[in-house]
Amino acid sequence: MKLSVVDTERCVGCQSCMFACSRRQGEAGIARTCIGVRSAGGMERGFVVIVCRACNDPPCAKVCPTGALKPRRGGGVRFDITKCTGCGHCRDACPIGCVFWDDEINKPMICIHCGYCAQFCPYGVLKLER
Amino acid sequence: MLQDDTLANVLYIDLSKKHFWIEKRQDLFDKFIGGVGVATQLLHEECPKGADPLGPENPIIFAVGPLTGLFPLASKTVAMFKSPHTGNLGESHCGGRSAIAIRMAGYGAIVIKGASNTPLYLAIHNNRIYFRDASSLWGIGSCITVGRIIRENEPAAGLRTIMRIGTAGEKLVSYACVTTETYRHFGRLGLGAVFGSKKLKAIVISGKRSLPISDTKLYQKVYDEIYQAATGSPVMKKYHGLGTAENILPLNEFGGLPTRNLEKAKFEGALDISGETFAEQYLGRRLACSHCPVGCIHIAALREPYGDELYFYKTSMFSYDFEPIYALGSMLGVSEPKGFLKLMEQIEVLGLDVMSTGVVLAWATEAQQKGIISKKETMGIKLSWGDHTAYMDTVSLIIKQPNEFFEALSCGVEHAASLYGGQDYALAFGGNEMPGYHTGPGAHIGVLIGARHSHLDNAGYSIDQKAKIKENLGSAEELAESLLAEERWRQILASLVICFFARGIYQPDVVLKALHLTGFDVTPEALLGIGEEIHKEKYRFKTREGFSLDKLRLPKRILETPSPLGKLDEKFIHRAIEYVKKSLSK
Repeated sequence: MKLSVVDTERCVGCQSCMFACSRRQGEAGIARTCIGVRSAGGMERGFVVIVCRACNDPPCAKVCPTGALKPRRGGGVRFDITKCTGCGHCRDACPIGCVFWDDEINKPMICIHCGYCAQFCPYGVLKLER
Repeated sequence: MLQDDTLANVLYIDLSKKHFWIEKRQDLFDKFIGGVGVATQLLHEECPKGADPLGPENPIIFAVGPLTGLFPLASKTVAMFKSPHTGNLGESHCGGRSAIAIRMAGYGAIVIKGASNTPLYLAIHNNRIYFRDASSLWGIGSCITVGRIIRENEPAAGLRTIMRIGTAGEKLVSYACVTTETYRHFGRLGLGAVFGSKKLKAIVISGKRSLPISDTKLYQKVYDEIYQAATGSPVMKKYHGLGTAENILPLNEFGGLPTRNLEKAKFEGALDISGETFAEQYLGRRLACSHCPVGCIHIAALREPYGDELYFYKTSMFSYDFEPIYALGSMLGVSEPKGFLKLMEQIEVLGLDVMSTGVVLAWATEAQQKGIISKKETMGIKLSWGDHTAYMDTVSLIIKQPNEFFEALSCGVEHAASLYGGQDYALAFGGNEMPGYHTGPGAHIGVLIGARHSHLDNAGYSIDQKAKIKENLGSAEELAESLLAEERWRQILASLVICFFARGIYQPDVVLKALHLTGFDVTPEALLGIGEEIHKEKYRFKTREGFSLDKLRLPKRILETPSPLGKLDEKFIHRAIEYVKKSLSK
């Protein structure tokens, strides 16, 4: 299963998905969120939804020097935090900006495609698909 | 409050000394929750008696609440200041990304003091505070452009609020607003002029953090309940559907829509400026405030040819709501949707409070028709109902203030009528221009006694509408008591900074459940007690600054034009005010 951004034009920018992602990880607030919503240059132009698109050949894994990020079956990556040195190559490698960063522990935060955020998207922007 | 909650952090910024510091004010948040409760106390602390609203001694206070960032719809920021418009309590609420940004930056409140000599804007990114030169932004014609420039200069897209003023605030128009995220406003009572007096062009605030919670499992459960209610309830669907503009037609049918400076309460052009018309013909997009799944913000798209060249168009997008449609539509007899939208755009670009502007223009129109003022005062402009181009010319001159008349208009209708006459139809209550309800005595008494003279203080119009259905208004005392009870409860909602649209969801039991998760345990009775105390504290400020319920002016017009509940009885209104006076002095 993987998370899919169906149609950003349906997004109203409520950011409920961002809060949901943090909650899914047992936290409140947005520090832990692995999804981002921002305007596309002024809200009148709509929104950009930034979230891992589960690449089949993920560049973030390709540049990881310690093997902390490994390609996941069905797309995207698995993250082994014990191997991560926080070098930040993964963040630089993702052209979409989907590798979010936890400044407190200096480690990446990466979507696990659980689909919890989609449950809190009232307008059908996000969907968990096969 | 939970031990490690950053809500207790109050950020103090001194614009004179370009200096800032943070104080832990758990004392205030423990006692007054947050939002309006805490901001009122900070106003008492920071605003000296008799302060000049446009002097450096007038503080600007922003506050959010414990549920902000934790639960949906706790998404408003409360601003408090001494109002340059009324010379008394200034309070205005705004959504957009403001509340989440302040909470995520790590603050429960921000106090801005002093004044800068030269234009600047503040950038608050977590615990880093920057005083940025805004000399090049001062005087830019459109506050939308100012937003764009700051957007491109500052980090944290999606995680920030950009509050800014337009030229109305720079020119100290007493009803200038502060705009956030292009489409939301600290609209009423002139916060924009207070910004302008401090040479403060804008504030950008951003942050990203986790918030403490007492019980993660229970948190998710309570969150889900509130979220389901917010997305599933018919009331919230209404706000998302046509938005507040949905009320135009029913209110007009009801006979409570102020029309042509309230010469009537029914507008023959209502259908043309209804929520239905705008949705079908102009709605371009709907937006939401941060952490609110409702998405009530309606943005119209207006495509217009330039006229000097074939196929050369511009498409402008700006928000509409019930109140702007009343103020610039029915109140001015404007039934042409494009005319309304153009006027709306101009007011958005200049950064004026749309409600006050509409009422000022309505008074000026009637004053000119009655011969109190002539074309000499208006510098050749002939004002007539429905003529949006004449209104646009007038608005430009309210900003420029080329003569005494336009200077007077820039101070609001109460002031203008005190100089030129026409008080009987100068529709201000407690110095603030009226909202779009002539539903009965509840609406007007509510605004008269409301601490900020806003329809949102106690929703008197709603009491009128219910009374009409029941065909029983009750006594003046009963009405006054209902208004007071509603206003006291709203102090709790405004301390939690819950959007009033969600007042049906955040009933006392839900509020207590949510508060429990933030380490704030209180009995239902004690909660109501806090609401009552905050209300009294606001009145304590008002009284200190010279407000008296005895001095309220009642524009005769509201007694002349029949409401859906019949003609208003002056004695009934005075009895209600008398009751409020007694109740507040207890």
